[in-house]
Amino acid sequence: MAKLELRGVEKSFGANRVCRGIDLDVGEGELVCLIGASGSGKSTLLRCINLLEPIDEGEIFLDGVDIAEPGLDPEPIRRRIGIVFQAYNLFPHMTAEENVMLAPRRVHGHSREELRPRVTALFERFGLADRMGHYPDQLSGGQQQRVAVVRALAMRPEVMLLDEVTSALDPMLVGEVLDALKALKADGMTMVVATHEMSFAREAADKVCFLSDGLIVEEGPPETLFTDPKESETRSFLARSLK
Amino acid sequence: MVLDQGPGAATPGPTRRQLHEARLRRRSLTIATLSTVGVVLAIYLLVPLAPGWERVQRSFFNGEILVETFPTLLRAFTIDVMIFLWCAPAIAIWALVIALCRDVRNPALYPLKLFAIAYTDVFRGVPVILVVYLIGFGVPGLGLPRPWNSPYIWGSVALVLTYSAYVAEIYRSGIESIHPSQRAAAESLGLSQWHVMRDVILPQALRRVVPANMNMLIALQKDVALLSFIGPVEIFRQAGVFKSLLANFTPYVGAAIIFLAVTIPATRYADRLIARQARARS
Repeated sequence: MAKLELRGVEKSFGANRVCRGIDLDVGEGELVCLIGASGSGKSTLLRCINLLEPIDEGEIFLDGVDIAEPGLDPEPIRRRIGIVFQAYNLFPHMTAEENVMLAPRRVHGHSREELRPRVTALFERFGLADRMGHYPDQLSGGQQQRVAVVRALAMRPEVMLLDEVTSALDPMLVGEVLDALKALKADGMTMVVATHEMSFAREAADKVCFLSDGLIVEEGPPETLFTDPKESETRSFLARSLK
Repeated sequence: MVLDQGPGAATPGPTRRQLHEARLRRRSLTIATLSTVGVVLAIYLLVPLAPGWERVQRSFFNGEILVETFPTLLRAFTIDVMIFLWCAPAIAIWALVIALCRDVRNPALYPLKLFAIAYTDVFRGVPVILVVYLIGFGVPGLGLPRPWNSPYIWGSVALVLTYSAYVAEIYRSGIESIHPSQRAAAESLGLSQWHVMRDVILPQALRRVVPANMNMLIALQKDVALLSFIGPVEIFRQAGVFKSLLANFTPYVGAAIIFLAVTIPATRYADRLIARQARARS
């Protein structure tokens, strides 16, 4: 697994400054949760780390190498960083298994047969062994989201980014996806998780960062941040979300 | 009319609402039937009163001539079918090339994009018949040796060039209708631009534009007759030959019947595809 360091990351969409100089350290095998209101820049930050959005200023170091340097080919870097989106974004015209196998087949040139044992093991690990041949619209939201996790993992990423992966889910299904994330952490994966699930952040995170208006206002281990926040803004956000 | 009660119907027999709806259906059916019969009857009675009706009947609806010329027309129609059969796949492929050229992001390939834009502008802006004339007469005029001066080849090329411009735009609308999140998901996995397009965007886009392309096929099927102007004795030309020979327009009506026999089922099929897609999306 890899470590991730962000230094002064800035990103604007036109006049809208979404990230205004973000510093963040994610150690090897650490799980960092990003919390904050919608529009605080959590999702954009994750998309920037994955190079889906080019950043305007700053550096992003993946194991000490700046991956945000303009002019670098993003494709090989993206393969090292898995991302799972709020809306799953599975490919609707492919079965769950084909969704997972597509990138390893195309990028690494593996055949389906070569991949099958490893992919089957991943599906089993996330409780989806009997869903491999199903199309996304035949799966529940929770199952789709776990397939999306498996799809990202099939590329053997060194870092996983999870963008509000439970926000589109029925409350009944949130638990199964959060359990999948805990399983990932247990495997030693380096993870950055944008979430509204405060109880998950409290229980599973090594570090919690509170974002507001494109800045990290406060960060720290969950015990301190949740019980004894220093900033008034953090306090009022937590008061609202923990109600 | 059989009324579907469903397994959990509380009372035996149709519900009050079902009875009411059945009554409404019967009523609309009666009205529709009466009004249709009325209109048809009026046409049937009034049109023959027109002063030229006898003449029109003799020269357009002559049963004997229809029976006599129909088999030859049908044989000539196989030429239309043949031209259609090689043009349709050529259009499908060439249009895809154009659509993909318009979508290139690599600056080195910008000339391709420019070409695709100019291409669709030009060929959508010129009447099909003009393209058929210009290419069908112009290219063989270069004095090419047989068989390269065949009007079949250059007529078909004209149809392929024109139709590809329209179909390319249909493809492009399909490509643009795929939500950006699909591209983001594919890119996030490290797939190359080409694989994102080939494996993720295109398969979904092509499925979405099947009904629109069915309509293009139906239009192409009819426009094949335009090739008659540059030589091939296909059905329209054959009907013209009969017209001159027999001094009667009935062969044209026969040709129209043959076209309709193909296009009406095809249209219904396209409608069904569109309806099915609308259902799938809702």
